[in-house]
Amino acid sequence: MEDTIVAISTALQKGAISIIRLSGKEAINIVESIFKGQNLTKVPSHTIHYGFIMEKNTKIDEVLVSIFKSPKTYTKEDVVEINCHGSIATTNKILELLLTKGCRLAEPGEFTKRAFLNGRIDLTQAEAVSDLISSKTDKSREMFLNQLSGELSSQIKTLRQELLNLLANIAVNIDYPEYEDATIITNSLLKEKLAAIIKSLNKLLKTAKNGKIIKDGINIALVGRPNVGKSSLLNKLLQEEKAIVTDIAGTTRDIVEGSITINGITFNFIDTAGIRKTTDIVEKLGVDKSKELINKSDYIICVLNGSEKLTKEDQEILAFLKNKNHLIFINKNDQKIKLDLPNHNVVYGNTIFEDGINKLKEKLIEEFNLNHLESEDPTYLSNARQISLVKRSLQSLENALNNTSLDIPVDLLELDIKQAYDLLGEITGETYQDELIDELFKNFCLGK
Amino acid sequence: MYDVIVVGGGHAGCEAAHASAVLGKKTLLITADIKNIADMPCNPSIGGTAKGIVVREIDALGGLMGKIADRSHFQIKMLNSKKGPAVRSLRAQADKLLYPKIMLETLQKTPNLEIQEAMVEDIIIKNKQITGVILENNEKIFTKILILTTGTYLKAQILVGNKKTPSGPHGQKESKHLSNNLKKLGFDIQRLKTGTPPRINKNSVNLQDLEEELGDEMYYTFSFDNPPFYNLQDQEKCYLVYTNEQTHQIIKDNLDKSSMYGGYVEGIGPRYCPSIEDKIVRFSDKSRHQLFLEPETKENDEWYLQGFSTSMPHDIQEKMVHSLKGFENAIITKYAYAIEYDAINPLQMKLSLESKIIENLFTAGQINGTSGYEEAAAQGLIAGINACLKLDKKEPLVLKRNEAYIGVLIDDLVTKGTKEPYRLLTSRAEYRLLLRHDNADLRLRKYGYQIGLIPKDKYEALKLKENQINTLINILSTTYIKLTEKTKNIFKDNNFEVPTSSISLANLLKRPEIQIEFLSHFIDLNYSFDVLEQVQIHIKYQGYINKALKEVEKLLKLEKKKIPEDINYNTVLNLASEAKQKLNQIRPTTIAQASRISGVNPSDIAVLSVYLKKEYGLNE
Repeated sequence: MEDTIVAISTALQKGAISIIRLSGKEAINIVESIFKGQNLTKVPSHTIHYGFIMEKNTKIDEVLVSIFKSPKTYTKEDVVEINCHGSIATTNKILELLLTKGCRLAEPGEFTKRAFLNGRIDLTQAEAVSDLISSKTDKSREMFLNQLSGELSSQIKTLRQELLNLLANIAVNIDYPEYEDATIITNSLLKEKLAAIIKSLNKLLKTAKNGKIIKDGINIALVGRPNVGKSSLLNKLLQEEKAIVTDIAGTTRDIVEGSITINGITFNFIDTAGIRKTTDIVEKLGVDKSKELINKSDYIICVLNGSEKLTKEDQEILAFLKNKNHLIFINKNDQKIKLDLPNHNVVYGNTIFEDGINKLKEKLIEEFNLNHLESEDPTYLSNARQISLVKRSLQSLENALNNTSLDIPVDLLELDIKQAYDLLGEITGETYQDELIDELFKNFCLGK
Repeated sequence: MYDVIVVGGGHAGCEAAHASAVLGKKTLLITADIKNIADMPCNPSIGGTAKGIVVREIDALGGLMGKIADRSHFQIKMLNSKKGPAVRSLRAQADKLLYPKIMLETLQKTPNLEIQEAMVEDIIIKNKQITGVILENNEKIFTKILILTTGTYLKAQILVGNKKTPSGPHGQKESKHLSNNLKKLGFDIQRLKTGTPPRINKNSVNLQDLEEELGDEMYYTFSFDNPPFYNLQDQEKCYLVYTNEQTHQIIKDNLDKSSMYGGYVEGIGPRYCPSIEDKIVRFSDKSRHQLFLEPETKENDEWYLQGFSTSMPHDIQEKMVHSLKGFENAIITKYAYAIEYDAINPLQMKLSLESKIIENLFTAGQINGTSGYEEAAAQGLIAGINACLKLDKKEPLVLKRNEAYIGVLIDDLVTKGTKEPYRLLTSRAEYRLLLRHDNADLRLRKYGYQIGLIPKDKYEALKLKENQINTLINILSTTYIKLTEKTKNIFKDNNFEVPTSSISLANLLKRPEIQIEFLSHFIDLNYSFDVLEQVQIHIKYQGYINKALKEVEKLLKLEKKKIPEDINYNTVLNLASEAKQKLNQIRPTTIAQASRISGVNPSDIAVLSVYLKKEYGLNE
């Protein structure tokens, strides 16, 4: 029980809040590392704290964090509970963040198991716990293996094999220093090799993003000053496509106006109060809030009125969107168009005619490459555990890469590479310990 | 009645008998031939990657190998000296006649130790406990504890071409019946194979055609306790030579005549010590293979041709050797051969090296499925120590994987078993950054002292060294350089970048270009080389060392969770059947060991933990 474990304790479905629970020695430190608010390592036990979950400098969610210090807790270990907003996207995002900070996804029944092992639960429940562990793990193992067929597992296997070759080569350099037929892995050679593998892993993470899209949908913010036709556009979108009456996928419940599916992918539209300068304090709060929402959404549609010239307000909005994923919908092309934005990602349309927003939908499909996304394909890195393993494996390799420049000897850098290799093995479920030695003698003619 | 009888006078037997006698036990070493004490039937070197570290560990614990190697080698090298500190390792070319001679003298001088020439053919058991041995002439000798270190002698057969001859190495007498008798007692006997290359008369080789291999130009010793006994310039040379297309053709043309490829071998050979025919078959794309010509002793001109191990008939060996450049007229003084022998399945041993089947019976060395003088000596030492601890009713010495290569070796054997002769490799040690050549004394001397093999003065010297290391680390971490014109100039004069602000000496030392000696510009560095080396490694590689220590912390928690000896795995519900079978066979002593068994999954470990808590109230 040396690991700190984490799981989403509430059922992952629509609800006002979700609870993410951690247990273990590092629980408080891990949450503290992504929490903005009071210093959680210094607060008394059994207290609740208001604050924000942060990813670097971005607020992910407004939360309440409960701190329970060992031993008076469910597992008798340090326990932290994060109450966050109930959307699947947000809850998963927080879980994913926690996993990259060093805790591990709990196995089914693991909190209860710890509670038992730490003497919290009555002994008579032992068998029940044991049954739970074995049945659930068998089942999840099965699920886990099904999930990993085809493309993804072969990609990971290829990358692992590359790492293994590298490790075997380094091992030959170390164990058989006089053997001259093996390439000597120097820091500069290692740098090159690591950079290539890191690149492939990053690519893999991109497919992971696709996986997330399939699962959680795409959050799209509609922005524009008042009266450019945002509401008409939204209504038209919702009318034409099958609207889902739900609030589960939104970043914050009360601003998701509606969701539609295009090519099997959910688009969650978030209407914003509009971005503009204001002196009214109440309104200003709303504007700040919408800027925040824009930062959190995956994509932005900026609506402009094509029958008018660009206003100062429009220009401010465009400047604000400069470095964000967005497109500009020039509305009202049923009238005379007075707008021309040559260097922008622009779609023309209107909400009057039947085919007025067809171009917009085509553009969205193109933007998200939806024709290449097959939602039935199980091979995407779709769950948080896998994403976190790839990320941690990347961290190890990046650490090694950075240290190549510091003249750290290859046989130390090898420890990072080995770690990356083991982490990838956890994804495919292969952790056979003698692989390296087998590889060594298979590939190199060694010995006296 | 002896306290301890050791059967076999090889590297394992010598260490075992010596340790037992030094610890005050009445000890008898039985060997088939006293002239073969500490014989080196294969390569004439001691140490090597990972193995050199084992020799240091043996020395730290109070064993003999390092001290005797220091007195008997004629060349020594630090392997991987250009790589990181964790993989450096010494290797010496030891004199094959001198090493055994010094060993025999040492044993003969050891109080409480008798040496007898005889062949043991059976053991005497009473109530599953050892009581003695039976010699070839039916004489019985009684003992409280028996240590078997029979090497490659159990039912040994020498293979050359299609000929199989019952014999130990180099025509020594083999043990005919002991392994059969062990089998009857329930030992799982496996057949292993190894081999040795031909020996060549050096004067018959044209050495100018060969590349020279020299010793290092720095003094080294294996032992922590003695100075070097050699002169740098007196070191002997070794030579590098290559096989060629002609050699390969001869081998290919005659493959069916080799014992290995002719189908005459049952035993499983080690992958890391392949015969030359193996190399040529498995790596057919290679146009040449490296061979080393190494002196065996200063007393004669018989040299060892490393890399040319074979089981070809003698006439083919002649052709093969003569095809090498410079060897056109070479005289083979001993032909190469393969050897098959019986070994026990190490899964039947405890981590103390005591048998799980027969109480008070210990085994060490090649009988346990290992290969190599160093691996043998290490096990011998541990078996000798644990025999004494058992007699004294004390807990055995079990070195953990984070403490010593010796710990890795024994844990691997006992937990995973082996199907081929086992050789230590650095890649087998997951905490190798902590298991360094340079810190073997800091890791292990305390155990040697507690047991009684390391005298008090040496232990106190170690404590002093430890104190100095800690003091200096502390000084370097708390001393800051003030940036004055004077200090700035020191950096400039050495072509180092001037720090931008006041910096601690420890942080300065982390810079790749800076060595600890440079710090003497700022503070008094009046410490021994060893202390400076430790401090430098500690500070420079702190990030990685801390990472390793964190991993060790996890391991130790699991190591603390003991599994009772009497556990009945059949009553553990929900344990997968493969796990149940493996656990029953290996009977791990801790949850950590259980989790290293292949086929035992994390869910099995979870189920087992729950069971232990329920049945035994065991937890942390």
